[in-house]
Amino acid sequence: MSETSPKSGYLRQAWLVILLALFYGAALAGVQVTLGPRIAKNKLNETYEQVPKIVPGADQTKTVPRTVKGEVDGKEYSVYQAFSMGGDHVGWVVPASGQGFADRIDVLVGIDAPLETITGLYVLDQKETPGLGNLIVKNEEPDDFCNRFKQLQAEPTLEVFKDEPPPGSNGIRALSGATISSKGVANAVNSALDNLKGPMGALPDRPPSEPAAPTSETDKREDD
Amino acid sequence: MPSHEPTAAERFINGIIPENPVYRQLLGMCPTLAVTAGMKPAMTMAAATAFVLIMANIIVSLIRGLLKPHLRILVFTLTIATFVTIADRVLAAYLWEMSKALGPYVPLIIVNCLIISRCEICSSKQGPGVAIADAVGMSLGFALALASIATVREILGAGTWFGLPVLSATWWPTWGVMMLPPGAFLTLGLLLGLAEWIGQKKKQSSA
Repeated sequence: MSETSPKSGYLRQAWLVILLALFYGAALAGVQVTLGPRIAKNKLNETYEQVPKIVPGADQTKTVPRTVKGEVDGKEYSVYQAFSMGGDHVGWVVPASGQGFADRIDVLVGIDAPLETITGLYVLDQKETPGLGNLIVKNEEPDDFCNRFKQLQAEPTLEVFKDEPPPGSNGIRALSGATISSKGVANAVNSALDNLKGPMGALPDRPPSEPAAPTSETDKREDD
Repeated sequence: MPSHEPTAAERFINGIIPENPVYRQLLGMCPTLAVTAGMKPAMTMAAATAFVLIMANIIVSLIRGLLKPHLRILVFTLTIATFVTIADRVLAAYLWEMSKALGPYVPLIIVNCLIISRCEICSSKQGPGVAIADAVGMSLGFALALASIATVREILGAGTWFGLPVLSATWWPTWGVMMLPPGAFLTLGLLLGLAEWIGQKKKQSSA
């Protein structure tokens, strides 16, 4: 038969590898199908949990995910529109990423409804130097890094200073010993706001389930 | 031939102290240094590694008769990578915070030489019973080694153990360097020296 042909020789050599690869592939697909939704939910939950912390007055359950197309790069991004208990539009949560010292830094930026003032910042993921750059995640004390972004303006571009920012500037004081990590976060915020502020401003400021404006008496009563 | 192979009990015991993966074989140095700043990440890493090692040892042992010598490493790697991916996904699904804290070190279990060395030395040559005993022994040895380093680093560096306060913050100025990479190297070096010293002492006293 074809025992001497190289083709059957390869198959005879490699059948176990091929079979195992198929079997493992199927097993991993099964794991992904089973656990994938749960992992996606974990990621989303983390974002949702932060919404009331970085947008004052926002209610976690009233958060509405929106998809916007970046002005600068034309890619699609998810942003989160934050509403208060009463349904008032109180702000936005914008995911942003930038290059840090070690790896990419992923943050969430909270900003008020007119897209003018930054209301909070949360670091989702970072791999900065422990003890130095990884202090960017701190958000408990008023002087902790995340809180230095509060009340800054969305425009002009945020700047990073080695010392206390001069009066009238729109910037933050860098963490000592971690200027690159600090700049990484500021750059992430700047580029995300540059890219998404325009298209976000064009979105309706009501949750999608509610009508854009009450058109009749009945609608008004339902709103009340 | 098989009479020369260690028994299940010998394999099990060897993994814990006499052939401890970290202190005797210097294997798995990457997680040993990287995730031992605290007990929680260290023990999660030990559990994930144990899962991968035990599963890989079982599979390799079951198919050992079918292995072609020149393709065996490929089969080992394929098997290990599969179980590492499963461990990584399970951590991300059920221990999200820990999965984030461990970051790239879970996928890096794939290149932990401890696992591939057990496939090569034990499970590709012996039956599943011995392979399981070997994997469990080695996993315990690895967990003990990580625990010893993490205990020193967490107590000295943060004053806590498993997150519980051990040293009072009032008189212990937490020794930040122990949480950083230099602390990992210092601790590992000193504990390796200690293990070697004890080993020498034992040898002398038995001679």
